[in-house]
Amino acid sequence: MTALRVPARPEQDASPRPLPWRRMAWVTWRQHRIALAGVAALLGGPALYLWLTGLQVHRDWTAAVACHPASSGACGALVGYYIHDWPPAQIISVVLQAAPALIGAFVGAPVLAREMETGTFRYAWTLGFGRWRWTLAKLVSLAVVVAAAAGAFSVLLSWYYQPFLAGNPGFGGDPVPLDATVFDLRGVAFAAWTLAAFAIGALAGMLIRRVVPAIAATLAVYAGLAVAAGVFLREHYMTPLLIRNLNPPGFAWILSQWWTKGGKPVGQSALAQFLQQEAPQLAGDGKGGGIPQSPTVNQYLAQHGYAQWTSYQPGSRFWPFQWIEGGWLLALSVLLIAATVWLVRRRAA
Amino acid sequence: MNVIEASGLGKRYGSTWALRECSLAIPAGHVTALVGPNGAGKTTLLNLAAGLATPSAGGITVLGGRAPGSPVALDGIAFVAQDAPLYKNLSGADLLHLTRNLSRRFDQAYAESRLGELGIPLKRKAGRLSGGQQAQLALTLALARRPRLLVLDEPVAMLDPVARHDFMALMLTAALDDGVSVLLSSHVLTELERVADYLVLLSRGQVQMAGEVDDLLACHRVLTGPAAEADRYTERPVVHVRRAEAQAHLLVRAAADDPVPPGWEAHPVGLEELALAYLREPGAAALPGPTLPGPTLSEVAK
Repeated sequence: MTALRVPARPEQDASPRPLPWRRMAWVTWRQHRIALAGVAALLGGPALYLWLTGLQVHRDWTAAVACHPASSGACGALVGYYIHDWPPAQIISVVLQAAPALIGAFVGAPVLAREMETGTFRYAWTLGFGRWRWTLAKLVSLAVVVAAAAGAFSVLLSWYYQPFLAGNPGFGGDPVPLDATVFDLRGVAFAAWTLAAFAIGALAGMLIRRVVPAIAATLAVYAGLAVAAGVFLREHYMTPLLIRNLNPPGFAWILSQWWTKGGKPVGQSALAQFLQQEAPQLAGDGKGGGIPQSPTVNQYLAQHGYAQWTSYQPGSRFWPFQWIEGGWLLALSVLLIAATVWLVRRRAA
Repeated sequence: MNVIEASGLGKRYGSTWALRECSLAIPAGHVTALVGPNGAGKTTLLNLAAGLATPSAGGITVLGGRAPGSPVALDGIAFVAQDAPLYKNLSGADLLHLTRNLSRRFDQAYAESRLGELGIPLKRKAGRLSGGQQAQLALTLALARRPRLLVLDEPVAMLDPVARHDFMALMLTAALDDGVSVLLSSHVLTELERVADYLVLLSRGQVQMAGEVDDLLACHRVLTGPAAEADRYTERPVVHVRRAEAQAHLLVRAAADDPVPPGWEAHPVGLEELALAYLREPGAAALPGPTLPGPTLSEVAK
C-alpha cells in the first residue's frame, strides 16, 4: 500500500488543438441575453429621451447663438428661454451615475456567482472547452459589449451637452466639464467606469460565489471607488493651476481659494477681523465667520495688500483628464478580469 | 490502460483531510462502483478525477497518465456531478446546443433520438422536467460526447426505483455497446451491486478495498463455527468477527480451496456482506487489484 508504484505523473505529449473561441459566442449570448436586454433597456430609455429632447435643445441653441445683435432684448429673451426650458439633464445625469454600478452588479456579478451557487460550474468546466478559456471568453466578450454600449451612450450624451458647454459661459448655471456630475458620463469615462464595474462584479462573484451578496458587494465597492475617485483622486491627475484671482477663466473646476498677505496665508477669521476694524460697513454681519463675497470687499482687501488665490483645473484639461481616468480604469479592469480568470484556474472545488 | 491512477493522493479542506494516502488504479473497461459511507471522500475523489479540484498531496492521473482537467482528459471524460446540475433555465435543445459548442465531439443525432425514446421534450426547460428526466438528460448529454470514461457522482440518489432502473439500463447499454468505462459512486452498495464489476470501497478518506468484484469475492470466505473457538482461529487473516449466540461468523481472507478447520463450515461471501464487514473494520484493507504486490502497473496496463 505504501509502495508508490503508480506513475501519477502527467504525460507531456502533445495536446489537441483547443476548441475555437467562437464556440463561446452562442453560449455567452444564450446565457446572458436577459442581462444584456436589461442593459439595453437601462441605457436605451434615457438615450431615447436624450435624443428627442437633444434635437430641440440644439435647435433652440442654434437660434440663440445666431441671434444678432446679441445684446438686444429679443436675443436675451431667446437665451433665457433656452436656459430655462432646457436645464442640463440633471435628473437624468444622477440616474446615469448609477448605470455602471447596476451593469456591474446585474451583468458582471452573476457570471460566475450563479454558476457557483447552482453548481453548474461542475458541468461547464468539465466540458472540452476548458474552464479558464470559458471564463476568459465570457468575461471579455461581455465586458466589450457593455463597455461599447456605454461608450455609444456617452457619445449621445456628449452631443446633448454640447450646447451647454460650447463656450458660452455667459449662459450661466451650466455644468463645468470637469464637474463630478457630468465628467464621468462623457468622453471615455462612462465606458471605462462601466467596464470597471463589470470587472468588479465578476471578481466579487468569483470570490463570494453567491449571487445576491455578490451584487451587494459590487454596488458597495463601486460606490466607494467612484466617490474616492471623484473626491480625492481626480483633482490630482495634473498639477492644478494657480491664479491670483477669485474668478479663473471659464469652465474652470475650482479646487480651493484663499488669501495671502506678504506671502503668508490669511484665514477667513483674520480677514473678517481686519474688516471689522478697518471697514465695518463692508464686514457684513460676520455670520459664518467669513467675509462677504462681493467685488467691493475683494477690491478693498486687494488695496490693503491682500492677495487672492485660486487653484483650479482648467476646462481645457477635459480630454487629458478623460484619458487619465479611462487609462487607470482600463488597467484596473484588465487586472480584475485577469485575477478572476486566475482564481477560476486554480480554484479547488 | 488505467482510467484512474492515484498514488498517495490527499485532499485537505482547511484542517480536515477529505482524502488521505489514497492509492488505487482502476483499469479500463469496467463499470466501477465507488462505494463508501457519507463523508468517505467519494465526491472529493471524483472531483479530483474530473479536474475540478487539485490534490493537496500525492497525484492522480486519468485515461492512462493524463492530468485531470487537461484537454485530452476533458475531451475523454464526461462528468455528471451530484444532483445533475443542469442549467435549469435552458431547454433540452439549448443544453444540447451548449454542450455541442463546448465539446470536441458531440453526437447530436444520438442525443436527439435517445431523448425522443425517453419521451423528454426538447423544448421544455430542464428545471421543469422531473428528477428522473433531468438525470436521464444529464446522462444523455454526457454519453453524446462519446467519452472514454463516464464519471457519475451519486447518479440515482434522488430517483425513484423505476427511474433508477431506467437510468442504470441506459448507462449499462452505453458501457457495453460503446466500450465506455464507467465510474459511479453511491453510498448504497445494493444500487450498484448488479451493474458493477469493479469495486472501490472508500472509508474515512482512504481506499479500504479495491478490485474486480469476482476477485474480491473469490479471496474471501465466511467461516461459521463455535463462538468459543473464534479467537483461536489464526490460519488466515480475519477481517471481521460477527457473533450470534453460540455461533461466530468469521470473514477471512482465504481462497475457496483453503483447508477448513474441523468444526467449522465455509461459505462464499456476498458483496454487500463483504463491504459492510470492511467498513466495520477500519484497520482492514483488501487490495487485490493492480495496487497489490504482483505484476507492476505497466504490465497490467498491457
